[in-house]
Amino acid sequence: MLFKPTDSYAHDFEVHRDRDACIDCKVCVNQCSYGVHYWDENRKKVMHDSSQCVGCHRCEAMCPTDALRIRRRETEFKDNPLWNSKFIKYIYKQASTGGVLLTGMGCPTDIPVYWDRMLLDASQVTNPSIDPLREPMELDTFLGAKPNSLAFHKDENGKPVLDTKLTPQIKLKTPIMFAAMSFGAINFNLHVAMARAAKECGTCYNTGEGGLHPSLYEYGDHTIVQVASGRFGVHRDYLNAGVGIEIKVGQGAKPGIGGHLPGEKIDARVSETRMVPLGSDAISPAPHHDIYSIEDLHQLIFALKEASEYRVPVAVKIAAVHNVAAIASGIVRAGADIVTIDGMRGGTGAAPAMIRDNVGIPIELALAAVDQRLRDENIRHKASLIVGGGVRCSADVVKAIALGADAVNIGTAALLAVGCTLCGRCYTGKCPWGIATNDALLAKRQNPDVAAKKLANLVRAWSHEIMEMLGGMGLNSIESLRGNRDKLRAVGLSAEEMDTLGVKLAGR
Amino acid sequence: MPKVTLDADGVYYRELNELVREAVRNGADEIEIFNILGQRYIAGGLAQEVKFLLHGIPGQDMGAFMRGPYVRVRGNAQDGVGNTMDSGAIVIEGMAGDVLGYGMRGGKVYVLGDVGYRVGIHMKAYKERLPVVVIGGKAGDFLGEYMAGGIVVLLGMNTSKPEAPITGRSLGTGMHGGVIYIRGSVPDYQLGPGLHAKPLSEADAEQLRGIVTDYAAELDQDVEEILAEPFVKVEPFSHRPYGNMYVAV
Repeated sequence: MLFKPTDSYAHDFEVHRDRDACIDCKVCVNQCSYGVHYWDENRKKVMHDSSQCVGCHRCEAMCPTDALRIRRRETEFKDNPLWNSKFIKYIYKQASTGGVLLTGMGCPTDIPVYWDRMLLDASQVTNPSIDPLREPMELDTFLGAKPNSLAFHKDENGKPVLDTKLTPQIKLKTPIMFAAMSFGAINFNLHVAMARAAKECGTCYNTGEGGLHPSLYEYGDHTIVQVASGRFGVHRDYLNAGVGIEIKVGQGAKPGIGGHLPGEKIDARVSETRMVPLGSDAISPAPHHDIYSIEDLHQLIFALKEASEYRVPVAVKIAAVHNVAAIASGIVRAGADIVTIDGMRGGTGAAPAMIRDNVGIPIELALAAVDQRLRDENIRHKASLIVGGGVRCSADVVKAIALGADAVNIGTAALLAVGCTLCGRCYTGKCPWGIATNDALLAKRQNPDVAAKKLANLVRAWSHEIMEMLGGMGLNSIESLRGNRDKLRAVGLSAEEMDTLGVKLAGR
Repeated sequence: MPKVTLDADGVYYRELNELVREAVRNGADEIEIFNILGQRYIAGGLAQEVKFLLHGIPGQDMGAFMRGPYVRVRGNAQDGVGNTMDSGAIVIEGMAGDVLGYGMRGGKVYVLGDVGYRVGIHMKAYKERLPVVVIGGKAGDFLGEYMAGGIVVLLGMNTSKPEAPITGRSLGTGMHGGVIYIRGSVPDYQLGPGLHAKPLSEADAEQLRGIVTDYAAELDQDVEEILAEPFVKVEPFSHRPYGNMYVAV
C-alpha cells in the first residue's frame, strides 16, 4: 500500500517487554498467531509490533520470565463523550476498507445488567435454611412438555399406576448446559471436551449448527443436536444421535441475520462434516427457507419429530427481541417442547458489530416477559424454557431460574473456563488459545482431557453454589425455585423495570 | 419380498406414517398408497431402500431427511419435497411446490412440470455425494440460492405457464458451489448479483446428457428433444462470495 492507513497508529493494545527479564527465548514468537512478536536477526533479539496485537494475553500467560505485559493503548483523542475513540476508529477502518465491521464474542456495550439489580432471599428464623452438605438437595431438571394433568388407576394391590402417556424429557442432573457452539466455530478438541464434561456432570452440550463428528455419537445421551438454516451435517442418524433436537432460528449475538463460518476455518474435517467445499465460507441463510410463519415452524418441528419417531423433545431457539413473548407463545403453540431464548449479550464466532451491539434485548427482561406470557396463556407447562446470553456465575443461574427458566446455557463462560480472554477475533481462525481455530498446531493447545476437566469443574462448582443458595432460602429442590420471583428483590430499578421483571423493590 | 398397499383416505398423517414405518419394519420393500390427500412427511426419515408408489397429492415435506427410498408420485406434490434429503430418488409425474430440495445432501428429485419458489436452496455436495434436481417445467424466484454444491437442471418444457420466464428473480443468489443448467437462455437480470450465464464445456455437456438420459427414462421423455436446444450454465463467481465484505474491529 502506498500510503499509511489513517488508523494504523490507533491500535488497541501495546506490548510492554521488560528487557531485564526477557531472555529472548522466543516463546512469545511461537505463541502469537498474529505476528506481534518476531526474532530480529540483525539485533539478535525478540522484538514486537504492537499494532498487530489483539489483546489475547497468550504471550503474557506463556512468558516464562514474566517479562511481558499487554496493556490497553488509549489513543487520547480530545475528550468527547459522543465521538469516543471507539467510533472514531470504526470510521477510520471503514473509510480505509469499505468493509462491514466484524466482531466476535458477546456485546460489550454498556447496557444495564439486570442480574446485578436483583438480589436473592435467604431464610431467617422461620423456615430454616438447609445445609446441602448434610441434607438432600435436588438439582434434577426435566426438559420437555408436561401434561395438563395426570391420570392414575389403582392396580390389584391398590398401588397407583400412571395412565397418562408422558412426552419425552431430557433429564439433567444440574440446570446448566453447554450452549450451542458449532464444530467449525470451535475445534474438535473442545467438542470432545464438552461432550465428556457433559457426561461427567450429567448434563448436555449442544452440537451447534455444524453437524456432529461420528466419533462423538457415543456421547449421545448428553447431546442436543441443532438444525439451523444451513442444514449442515443434518441427516437422520444425526437427528437420532442425541436426546433432543434444537431448531436454531436466531442467536442473541446476531438476531435477524444468518451464520457465516469464514473459509479460513473450513478444514478437511469441517468440510466433510458440513458438506461444504474446503476453504469456502459456510453460509447459513438468515431465515430457514422452509420457515416463513408459525405454521411453517410447526411443519418443521413435526418433520423432525417424525424423523426421530417422537423419541426426543424438539426445542426452538430464538434471539431475545422486542416481541419475544408473543413469538415464544407461537413457538409453544407450534408444538415445540422447549423454547431456548438467547439474550443480546450472547457470544458468537462472528457477527457484524452493529448487529451485535444494537439488536436484541437483555435476557433478563426477555425471560421474565416470556415466562409471564406463557403463564397468562396457561401454556407454560407445554414447554420448558432454556435461557442464555450473559450468564456469568451461579447466582445468575439462580436468578434466571427464579425468573422462570428451567435451565441455562453457558457458552462464553465455558470458553472462559478453557482460557478464552474475550479478545473477540474468533472469526480469524487464529485463536492463540486454541479455541476458535481449526489450525492443527493451535488447536493442539486445547488438550481434550484438560479442557473437559476444567469444564466439569466449573459446572460442579456452580452446582454446589446453587445448592448453597437454595439451602439458604430453605428450598431443597430447584423445582421449588422455578418461577418463584418472590425469592428476588430489586434495587435501583424503575417501577416499569420491576413490573416487567415481576420483582418487588428490596424492602417491600 | 412383500408389497404393502395402504389406503390413505381419511387417515391422519401421523397414523399413516406409523403404518408405513410398521410396514418397513416388517420388511416391506414396496409400498403403494392410494387416495393421498395432503398427508405430510410421507417417506420422511426412512433409511431403507423401499419403493413407494403414491397416488394422489402427498403433503408437505415428502421425503424429508430420507436416505434411500425411491418415491414415485402419480400426481402433483406440495411444498418441501426432499427437504434435507440424504439419498434416494423422488420422481414426480406432475408439478411441485416451494422449497423443493432445501439443503439436499444427495440423491435425485425429478419433476415433470413446474416448481414453486426457493427450490434447491443450499444444496450441498461432498466427494461422491452429489444431489441432482431436474425440473421439467419452469421455476419461481430464488432457484438455487446459497447453493454449496450439487446440480440443478431447469428445462422449462412441460409448463403450465407458457408466458412466464423460465425462472424467477435472484437465481443462484449467494451460490458458492454447484451448478445450474438451464435449457435455452436466461436474462442476466434474473440472476443473483455477480452471476452470469455461460456456455457449457464438453465435460458439462457430457454430465448433462447423463442426467437428462436418466430423467427422460424415469419420466418417459425424449432425450434428444430435450437436448435439441442449447443449454447455459450458472456457476458461482467465487467460492467465497462474501469473503471481502468485512473489516476486523
